[in-house]
Amino acid sequence: MGSTLILRLIAQRLALGVLLLFAVSVLIFAGTQILPGDVAQSILGQAATPQALENLRRDLGLNDPAYIRYFRWLGGVLTGDFGTALSNGRDIADALGGRLKNTLFLAACAAVISVPLAILLGLLAVRYRNGVIDKAISGFALASTSLPEFFIGYLLILFFAVELQWFPASSTVFDTMSFGARIQAIALPAITLTLVVLAHMMRMTRAAILNVMQSAYIETAELKGLSAFEIIRKHAMPNAVAPIVNVVMLNLAYLIVGVVVVEVIFVYPGMGQYLVDHVSKRDVPVVQAVGLIFAAVYIGLNMIADIVAILANPRLRHPK
Amino acid sequence: MLDLKRIPVSALIGLFLTALFLFAALFAPWIAPYGNGEIVGDVWGPISATHLLGTDNLGRDLLSRMIYGARITIFIAVAATALSFILGSVLGFTAAVVGGWLDQTMSRFVDLLMSIPTLIFALVVLSVLPSTLVTLILVMGILDATRVYRLARAVAVDINVMDFVEAAKLRGEGRSWIIFREILPNALSPLVAELGLRFIFAVLFLSALSFLGLGVQPPNADWGGMVKENKDGIVFGIPAALIPAGAIALLAISVNLVADWVLNRTSDLKGGRGNG
Repeated sequence: MGSTLILRLIAQRLALGVLLLFAVSVLIFAGTQILPGDVAQSILGQAATPQALENLRRDLGLNDPAYIRYFRWLGGVLTGDFGTALSNGRDIADALGGRLKNTLFLAACAAVISVPLAILLGLLAVRYRNGVIDKAISGFALASTSLPEFFIGYLLILFFAVELQWFPASSTVFDTMSFGARIQAIALPAITLTLVVLAHMMRMTRAAILNVMQSAYIETAELKGLSAFEIIRKHAMPNAVAPIVNVVMLNLAYLIVGVVVVEVIFVYPGMGQYLVDHVSKRDVPVVQAVGLIFAAVYIGLNMIADIVAILANPRLRHPK
Repeated sequence: MLDLKRIPVSALIGLFLTALFLFAALFAPWIAPYGNGEIVGDVWGPISATHLLGTDNLGRDLLSRMIYGARITIFIAVAATALSFILGSVLGFTAAVVGGWLDQTMSRFVDLLMSIPTLIFALVVLSVLPSTLVTLILVMGILDATRVYRLARAVAVDINVMDFVEAAKLRGEGRSWIIFREILPNALSPLVAELGLRFIFAVLFLSALSFLGLGVQPPNADWGGMVKENKDGIVFGIPAALIPAGAIALLAISVNLVADWVLNRTSDLKGGRGNG
């Protein structure tokens, strides 16, 4: 009985996520249609004759109403066909594959460092609450939420790539690279990303654990003489898991955005760099495709956070 | 009422630095030693008595450009924040007061907008819009209005059921009276507390866009654009790009310190007598 209920809730969340993704695809498509100028104009430039424009529009199917073009685009996306880039005529899906892998690799490395570190520091801040460590962590958190990514990034380049020459200044990666060389190449961007999300994640973890530690059942557990370890294992952890997972997922989603700027700083061949390049070239099909993928990853992470929260917290299994 | 000695040191530092940046922004043409686009020396010249921060990638005086950059950065951030607050709070209050399908439609649309990372959606929209100042402010303001909308709506829903609003409704006041005369004054303090944070977000967001080459267009430059202009010097050990980047951080931190203090004051006021 209980497990079917959970399954149903999870299925609901999944369906909601898919629905949201469709709505987002409409929004992204609509967002690139708000101007009267069209793709044909940007391919041929301002000097094109009306006849040439008309021919190209007919070939590209631009004379169809917007909703037909939307469904044609969506149909392509669902079958893995993102169309071709306007700027160089190459297939977008081909160009995306390797870059998506690079971006996910960078984000995963940053996550592997930042998540355990943030939870550990959050726990430390709670353990020594209002002490020196807590104050230092809070101060660091305030500073780092105000620091733009490129300040951290270029500072790291200046010290570790230019002065000390430990790491390369630009993170070039290619397929035949060994794993070790790859790690060395992405060390600086990964550290930058870590620093960007660490503070926020740490502060939220601290708040989540503090919230649990102040509840009445923790006090009861203390009064009945359980050791600190037992209290954390039996009473605090099960209740803190959901908020902590939530914090982690939110920040991983943030990581996906931070990646855009960080990739440009370190000239890293990932999705963010690809997106920014093609926004300045006004290459709409590429922008739509990359925008949709970023949105899908973001929505996916938020959905996982929801589902884990349901699994971890029995109270959420009985919605009103 | 406001005792200067009781302001915490952190807030004083924040106030001082914020005022300094505002001063630079307001009086840029009078205090900048050189013109904004004037080439006065070598490329990436060192710090000297004539060029207090050195020169930039084209040999322009970096200090002068920083001062003009403050003007552009703060102007756009203020304009975008103002737009997001006016738009977000008016729509949020309206949704709370009117309710029904209007509230549902607007709230679901805001949910949808917020389900895409702001930077990504801004990039998508900027790929087709012309790169002008007005577009930039509109895009930043409208995207950020979603967050103000949520806050304003949440606050207004609470206020909307209070006795004095009921009384006003029974008196037969119209919706605009309810929104602007009953709800707005009571929703002001949480909104003002949010103001500082939204401004910081606007500064960081603008800087990121300009750094990516999609914000303020040359020859004008905000601080993010200046980082972009000077970033190639970094690999030669020239730290010129770090100066505007550091200024962005410093502005964000000082506004944060002030906002923290204002937040504590308003929450003190709510819980009884203010203590500083």
